[in-house]
Amino acid sequence: MSQIDLATVQHVATLSRLALSEEELKLFQTQLSNILEYIDKLKALDTRNVEPLSHPLGLRNVFREDEVKPSAPRDEALSNAPAKTDEAYKVPVVVDQS
Amino acid sequence: MTSLPTLPAHALTARLLAGDVSATEVAEAALERTRALDPELGSFNTLMADAALAKAKDIDARIAAGKPVGPLAGVPLAIKDNMCTRGVPTTCSSKILEDFVPPYNATVVELLDRADAVPIGKTNLDEFAMGSSTENSGFRPTRNPWDLSRAPGGSSGGSAAAVASAEAVIATGSDTGGSIRQPAAFCGVVGLKPTYGRVSRYGLVAFASSLDQIGTFTRDVRDAAIALGVIAGHDPRDSTSANVPVPDYVASLDDGVKGVRIGVPREYFAEGIEPSVEAAVRAAADVYRSLGAELVNISLPHTEYAVAIYYIVATAEASSNLARYDGVHYGHRTKDDVDIVELYSRSRAEGFGPEVKRRIMLGTFALSSGFYDAYYLKALKARAMIKKDFDEAWKKVDCVLCPTSPTVAFKFGERTEDPLSMYLSDIYTISCNLAGLPGISVNCGKGEGGMPVGLQLMAKPFDEALLLRIAHAFQSATTHHLGQPSVLSA
Repeated sequence: MSQIDLATVQHVATLSRLALSEEELKLFQTQLSNILEYIDKLKALDTRNVEPLSHPLGLRNVFREDEVKPSAPRDEALSNAPAKTDEAYKVPVVVDQS
Repeated sequence: MTSLPTLPAHALTARLLAGDVSATEVAEAALERTRALDPELGSFNTLMADAALAKAKDIDARIAAGKPVGPLAGVPLAIKDNMCTRGVPTTCSSKILEDFVPPYNATVVELLDRADAVPIGKTNLDEFAMGSSTENSGFRPTRNPWDLSRAPGGSSGGSAAAVASAEAVIATGSDTGGSIRQPAAFCGVVGLKPTYGRVSRYGLVAFASSLDQIGTFTRDVRDAAIALGVIAGHDPRDSTSANVPVPDYVASLDDGVKGVRIGVPREYFAEGIEPSVEAAVRAAADVYRSLGAELVNISLPHTEYAVAIYYIVATAEASSNLARYDGVHYGHRTKDDVDIVELYSRSRAEGFGPEVKRRIMLGTFALSSGFYDAYYLKALKARAMIKKDFDEAWKKVDCVLCPTSPTVAFKFGERTEDPLSMYLSDIYTISCNLAGLPGISVNCGKGEGGMPVGLQLMAKPFDEALLLRIAHAFQSATTHHLGQPSVLSA
């Protein structure tokens, strides 16, 4: 039995901003189900009194002085943009002007 | 072909400073070898011939003028292609970054340049460092110099193959779940993954930020100690880099292992290990016993959960990190005339390869509403238990000894059909990342098919000096690391 249904796979693809084909969705349903079935071995582990560990060395907030420093010049920052003007990234219209 | 690049870095720099060779001769030799071997091996994505020769010329001029040079003067260096190099493409072996040319250098690239290493080029990897064989490269696979029908391991397969075949003398790698140590084992070279935070990750293209660490491939442990001394240290540009003093890693190399307590975890010699791998690693343990170390049987009881934990934590972090590839700021953008959301979705679908998509999907699923507690939070708690296993072990031993991988290098295509079988090949390397420990792989002999076997050693956080000293003791007592693959005699 599959661990996740096709609708969930489609939902996750939408959240992931990946325009996947029907074939990809079906393949991922099978593959992710297999992987999740393996991952389910974690359910056997009693973690009731365990604090989650998100950072291996227990690093706390790292603060620095709030100083103004030079950053990359605009032309360099824009140098890899697939579409741009002299001073900004170009994107499709996002605000309906009607 | 000249054998100059088959020397370790410490021998090369000694000959350079003695005036026996010039940096230019060494750079030309490395470039010549690379041009001859790489059409077949596929270690490199980009060659940096002009930069290499300019750097070598500068070093030669300084030596001639009696001016100081750095500790890696004239040493041919390969850089994994997920580390930013100013003005030189940095692709992560992904179509989505095929044309990306960073406007800045990674900190490690700066530090290695300051140490006067000579950059030969950028090496191939599994796309975004996601994989264990370099077969997931968006461009082409890298071949194992010991047997061209086998994978070099991954994800830093290009760097491992480059050092094993003497295209370069040292190489950088990144290790998220074994991506330095496993290819080092498969290619018979030394792979060092330092403690999490020991080396700045600034300019390393992020995969899983709580696990990623930069390290090195070298021909021997002495070179690993020298290189770590160059790249280790705090960097204000990486807030997760540790503000911990950097000791002289070379000074203590020869102190031996008398009285050192080496733990042998029973879970790392379990079902699935190849007999030839187990035999070589057990023989290495005997070498340590003969050198005066104390071998202690230990248990790391939660080892069997490491792969499951890793493929939740790493993919969750990756799904977040890779959100930046949006077809707007840099990287591939769809040619279709669509709205902004569809622009993101199509640019990403066109640019990412199958393994990257699979991991983004898995990570997004683990973080999504309704599944977060059962998967992501559960994995973080289980991760704490892995770390606790090691904390307990350090009460009894100074270091842990085990195989780097349960098998020698596998054949191409053997595991690409079943992603889970590929994930399970990382079973012995992942815990080290989950616990943030330093680990090293050194060649300890030959296994099935005459392929190199990797011995893995792990130590307490920031105890690289001891780790390197223990690894060096093995190489001082044995000759496995001097073996060279057949491509070198061609």
